[in-house]
Amino acid sequence: MVIRMKFKKIKWKHYINYIVIGIFTAVMGSMSVFGSMNASALYLLEKIAISIILAVSLSLVVGFLGELSLGHAGFMCVGAYLGGKAASLLTPSLGNGILTFLIALLFGAGAAALCGVVIGIPALRLRGDYLAIVTLAFGEIVKSIFQNTSKESFGGAIGLNTPRFDKKYLFIIAFVLVLLTLWIIQNLIRSKHGRAVTAIRDNEIAARATGINVTKYKLVTFTLSAAFAGIAGVLYSYSNYTVQSAKFGYNYSIEILVMVVLGGMGTINGSIIAATLITFLNTKLATVLTGDLAVLQNLFYAVILIAIVIYNNAPALKSFRDRYNLSAFIKKYLKKHDDPSHVKDDAQKWDVVPTKIDMNEVLSVDMVPPEMKDSMGKGGKK
Amino acid sequence: MEILSTFINGFSLGGIYAMIALGYTMVYGIAKMLNFAHGDIIMVGGYVIYVFMLFSNPILAIAMAVLFCILLGVLIEKIAYKPLRGASPLAVLITAIGVSYLLQSLAQIVFGSANKMVVVYDFGAVKFLGANVQISSLLTLGVAVVVMAALTLFVKYTRLGRAMIAVSEDRGAAQLMGINVNRIITVTFAIGSALAALAGLFYLFKAPSISSTLGAMPGIKAFTAAVIGGIGSIPGAMLGGLLLGIVESVSYKITVIAPYTDAIEFSILILILLVRPTGFLGKKRREKV
Amino acid sequence: MADYILETKDMGISFGGLKAVQNVNLRIEKNQIYGLIGPNGAGKTTVFNLLTGVYKPTAGTFYLDGEELKGLSQEKINRKGIARTFQNIRLFNNMTVVRNVMVGLHNHPDFKCSLWTSLFRLPRHFRCEKEMRARAKELLRIFDLEEDRNNLACNLPYGKQRKLEIARALATEPKLLLLDEPAAGMNPHETEDLVRTIKTIRERFDMTILLIEHDMKFVSGLCDEITVLNFGTVLAEGETKKALADPEVIRAYIGG
Repeated sequence: MVIRMKFKKIKWKHYINYIVIGIFTAVMGSMSVFGSMNASALYLLEKIAISIILAVSLSLVVGFLGELSLGHAGFMCVGAYLGGKAASLLTPSLGNGILTFLIALLFGAGAAALCGVVIGIPALRLRGDYLAIVTLAFGEIVKSIFQNTSKESFGGAIGLNTPRFDKKYLFIIAFVLVLLTLWIIQNLIRSKHGRAVTAIRDNEIAARATGINVTKYKLVTFTLSAAFAGIAGVLYSYSNYTVQSAKFGYNYSIEILVMVVLGGMGTINGSIIAATLITFLNTKLATVLTGDLAVLQNLFYAVILIAIVIYNNAPALKSFRDRYNLSAFIKKYLKKHDDPSHVKDDAQKWDVVPTKIDMNEVLSVDMVPPEMKDSMGKGGKK
Repeated sequence: MEILSTFINGFSLGGIYAMIALGYTMVYGIAKMLNFAHGDIIMVGGYVIYVFMLFSNPILAIAMAVLFCILLGVLIEKIAYKPLRGASPLAVLITAIGVSYLLQSLAQIVFGSANKMVVVYDFGAVKFLGANVQISSLLTLGVAVVVMAALTLFVKYTRLGRAMIAVSEDRGAAQLMGINVNRIITVTFAIGSALAALAGLFYLFKAPSISSTLGAMPGIKAFTAAVIGGIGSIPGAMLGGLLLGIVESVSYKITVIAPYTDAIEFSILILILLVRPTGFLGKKRREKV
Repeated sequence: MADYILETKDMGISFGGLKAVQNVNLRIEKNQIYGLIGPNGAGKTTVFNLLTGVYKPTAGTFYLDGEELKGLSQEKINRKGIARTFQNIRLFNNMTVVRNVMVGLHNHPDFKCSLWTSLFRLPRHFRCEKEMRARAKELLRIFDLEEDRNNLACNLPYGKQRKLEIARALATEPKLLLLDEPAAGMNPHETEDLVRTIKTIRERFDMTILLIEHDMKFVSGLCDEITVLNFGTVLAEGETKKALADPEVIRAYIGG
């Protein structure tokens, strides 16, 4: 009996984001279908859905694999252009319906996934800063290529015009795709394969020694992440009517990264909330802050980004963090009496696992006698 | 003599990249972090020159730019990076990106989004083998070579320089030997930032217009240069910078590939990292097990 | 050849011109506890790194249960049956204890579950997860870590972290377990506990163990046979007591 109850509890925890987003979509959807939503609200909802997909898919690489990708907008760009092009080519023959959309979606996601594989290959050899710069370079290359395409192919600097879909329904489809993204990505991280990915993040050397196929999992993670960025790109091309490569620069990648960091690395729900919040704020602020003031928004994000990372990672703040920890705080108030003998279920901890790569061992002096270290040092360096 | 002027252009551009790359390479070698905001220091240097040129002479403007950038570099290190020493490299990298973003948006708030024009000094041009050569280009290259030589000597023959090598080899051991690691890192940031200010100056010689994103692209390209030459290597940064400068100026001259210049440079970066992650002159390091 | 679980033949490696380890000929029989000892810098960990594929031998080769493993990648060697712990503990720090062990069970034939099965949450995925967790708990019970299974690995005390690392290595069901200074940094009480644990492992899992250690009491109390390394070459080998009594060995340790 006790076991059953515990089981139910995990389920709630695991499915709460599906339920919340599902209800939200149903409510908004019925409001839209029965005609009480204006165009700007619909556009905002589409943007929120796109942001969530981007943030959650980036979170997979940054939060769970522990590698920094600065080219997420590049994957999105590939999806947007190829999906958009496929849609505009198919519309004359198939009409502008759901079938065209689905084919465009597959096309965009597939192309982006292919790019993910291409970027995953350097990821096998490179880590950390070097990999981050490769992803950045990838994003810029993609941007530059689409910028210089001919007018007939992808529109070059003017951009590619994409078919128009009934706005009344587009955001509903977008949120269904959000649910699909969540389902696949959360399924991955809550499985043995996801565990392997986090093991690589925590200690790649140990992961190898434990028999984890690091190559496979790095490729899988990058590919999956890129595929969903591609899906976001296709949605964007449908939502925006035109796709311009200039939009998908480094800055956009950073904006997505801010969402992931703000939400807390390694927590999917955090990414969802942060993506929603930032997209909402962006839109609202855009009407208030015009002209040169618009940049205040960027300043705000920069400060938030720095503050959060320092707060979450500074070694000097560790004791402070442990004392005033948000999740502990919430738990304390949710649980009337904290019984230490009460065995929490294993799965519960998953969502609050903090993300840190333990490079200390590699960087700091370890407690080995100097001679010992010396011998290993000689062994290590060529 | 199109070719000659292309190459001289390339060399002077390469000199700028080399100066920025030197900053990258030193910070990377010693603080073990990719200082994403390094490129934006160039932009700040440019703006300081712009402000001082409004009411004073070029010499003062340049001096103030160098001074201001040093202070800024050290301040950034103290506020944003120092608290994260010992934290995961991912956290440091993200913070550096945040700082870069912060500098760009601050500059945009203070100076607006429109480009500012500033002509520091016009040295004019000379005819050389039939080609029109800007004296400022030669100056850039000259200063870059001098800076590189000076840095090499500094690192090799001064106490401080040797301490820097020690910290880059093994921070923990250096600390045990009584080296003040924090001070070394501060000095490194100061030197890097001063070089960035100079790079900003030479950028203005090349194109006398500043915007808040002036430093972003050169910053990333200079990092590419540092990687090509081998991160941590001072002559490597120079070599990488010059190579990249030549590639860029040659690529701009060939109409067919000119629009893809950035893409070409970044492809070179990816290729080098894949084939030889340690660059041409870098040392191979293996992770300890 | 197949009489030995591990056999190395003139195995060695040089880095540049430096011969870090040379002519190592280990012969370890099934169910033995074998010690690899030697002064600091003798190349013991390098031998471990060779056996686990971190480095590739530049000379000689090695066989596990008669199969040559030289040149295989770390993950492949692990799947062939060599598991290890590290001198400076390497746990998956931000994962819970039970999950650390479950990573060890990743390639276990009992818990096969493809990526697609997991991505689409087919029934097999749930069964596999449940069984893996149960198996992990079982292993943790043996190491007296069951109570801690939901704590993050980084929050465990030192002695338990060592044990967890061993548990994780055992989860991969190796034929040979390599322990790199398992007793380093432990107090006498913890060391005693560790000796018991290692003996239990041998009996329960019918395990062959190769370990590096400095503590002579620990070595003589535990190991059936040892090899003494000095400056990358074998100084003495054979039955523990005899090898330790070798005058060369005493000289290397005490100096003289």
